[in-house]
Amino acid sequence: MKLLRITCMILIIAVLSGGCSARSSSEPGQAASVYLQNKGSDTMVNLALAWAERYQSAHPEVTIAVTGGGSGTGLASLANNTVDLANASRKIKAEELAQASAAGADPQEFVVARDAIAVIVHPDNPVENLTLEQIALIYRGEINNWLEVGGEDRPIVRLSRETNSGTHVYFLEEVVRLGNSEDKSIFSPQTLLLPSSEGIIAEVSDNPNAIGYDGLGYVTDHVKMVAVAPSAGAPYVRPSVTTVNDGSYPIARDLYMYTRSAPQGTLKTYLDWIFSAEAQQIVGDLGFVPVTQETP
Amino acid sequence: MTSSNPSLESTRPPARRTEWIITLLIRVAGYLSIFYVALISLFLLKEGLPALTDVPLSSLAGKFWYPIEGYYSLWPLIFGSLTVTLGAALFAVPLGLGTAIFLSEVAPKWVKETLKPLVELLAGLPSVVLGFVGILVLSPFIRKAFDLPTGLTAFTGALLLGWAAIPTIVSIAEDALYGVPRSYREAALAVGATPWQVIWGVTLPAARSGVLTAVMLGIGRVIGETMAVMMVTGNAPVLPSGLGALFGPVRTMTATIASEMGEVATGSQHYQVLFLIGIVLFALSLIINITAFMVSNRRTQRVERLLS
Repeated sequence: MKLLRITCMILIIAVLSGGCSARSSSEPGQAASVYLQNKGSDTMVNLALAWAERYQSAHPEVTIAVTGGGSGTGLASLANNTVDLANASRKIKAEELAQASAAGADPQEFVVARDAIAVIVHPDNPVENLTLEQIALIYRGEINNWLEVGGEDRPIVRLSRETNSGTHVYFLEEVVRLGNSEDKSIFSPQTLLLPSSEGIIAEVSDNPNAIGYDGLGYVTDHVKMVAVAPSAGAPYVRPSVTTVNDGSYPIARDLYMYTRSAPQGTLKTYLDWIFSAEAQQIVGDLGFVPVTQETP
Repeated sequence: MTSSNPSLESTRPPARRTEWIITLLIRVAGYLSIFYVALISLFLLKEGLPALTDVPLSSLAGKFWYPIEGYYSLWPLIFGSLTVTLGAALFAVPLGLGTAIFLSEVAPKWVKETLKPLVELLAGLPSVVLGFVGILVLSPFIRKAFDLPTGLTAFTGALLLGWAAIPTIVSIAEDALYGVPRSYREAALAVGATPWQVIWGVTLPAARSGVLTAVMLGIGRVIGETMAVMMVTGNAPVLPSGLGALFGPVRTMTATIASEMGEVATGSQHYQVLFLIGIVLFALSLIINITAFMVSNRRTQRVERLLS
């Protein structure tokens, strides 16, 4: 009986989805349909998908296929001419550029959004400023009391996203290991791994001992963002769209899209649209930082 | 069943076909469920056992669980699950059994008829809702009440899961107590036992098998619970450092599987280790069930001998 029901369900789903895909592929018959391949950074997958969905709903003649796989995968595919647009959460490396030129490509770079991580504490926590190194020592488990960083005599409770989150990995590489790829430090085992951004915000806004981090776009008014200095003696910078865009806030990175050559036709229209207010609004909604208008 | 079929056929031939179909359906359903269990175990073993050879033993038996750097120690996770389960059992078993005894033996009929459906309603509470209650009410309360660094601790999880297990325990234990024949109680009262002596010395032992089943099902619910526990225990894979560990964060096996399975590459070491955790969890609940079965079987025999 159970088997029968499951089989029925699978059949129904198959029929429904078959019907759907058949319809969508036959619909854009009036204009010549264009197919864009977009591949790369896992951090950017949701953003690229949201862009593609919104763009396709306004331009049914364009189909954009988005896949992840990592920045390196995307750039390699670009060199091999299997994708039109590569997403990367880092700048293209010199050897990747050489590889691409050898394959006859001339990669063009576009900064399409920025990703910034805010370090947050309870609003009543007197700590306003931290250096990157202090944050690293806190998360490695070497600083365990707020007193050591100029706060009250309270234990520090570290909060982090789960290990499968891109934010976790970025924070590990850029903050806990201070950007040093030789460094093999990991998060202290005492770090609480919470399954969602909301969980982190909820615990930080309730617990004066807690320190957490989250994408700038997710931070609410119930928590306090700490000003961060890249090194001791350097000025402390509070995260905001302005400080991220002028490069003074240290825990931020650019998110790139690369094309094989100077974009033309549909690809150019799509990239232009990505810099429009509508597309940059999506950037903000997903917790990233919008870039100021640039002409690609 | 099969041996009695021929005689039925001869006396009531029209019923034969329907009966045959029904028997067949029941038999197929029975075999299918065994088949599924076998398939699940096979699948678990097939996906999880390679971890024992592929992942270095020093990593599996180490101290840290940090999969993105290849630290795959199961100890913090096993310890986490056991702490939460034991804590929940310590809290839920006495309360649950007490409630069951009260409802079955002490409470007036109208109280029982109002309370029991309410308790059973609690059992239907989705665990996400329970998790929300835990994260918004219970954990801040526990942090302040015990002056802890954080309220997201094993203790919070144990309280919450104990609360989730109580309805199961109450409902089944009450049924078992109610099933004890009136004559047992009357006989005990007739020889001058106090109501308490009747409950402790006669009713409870007579209902022992059902009561144990209730406790085991309650514990089963706790050890397999995922959502609520993931929300309130903090999920930090720490190894125990004494009794204080109950008031620190822990990471359970179920929460680990739930939060990491979605992102692992199929067939990778991390994937295999997650299945290995599944095997450990499976083995643990099997042990609990077998122990419960053996214990309750032995007790019933002894009680029946005593009372007959």
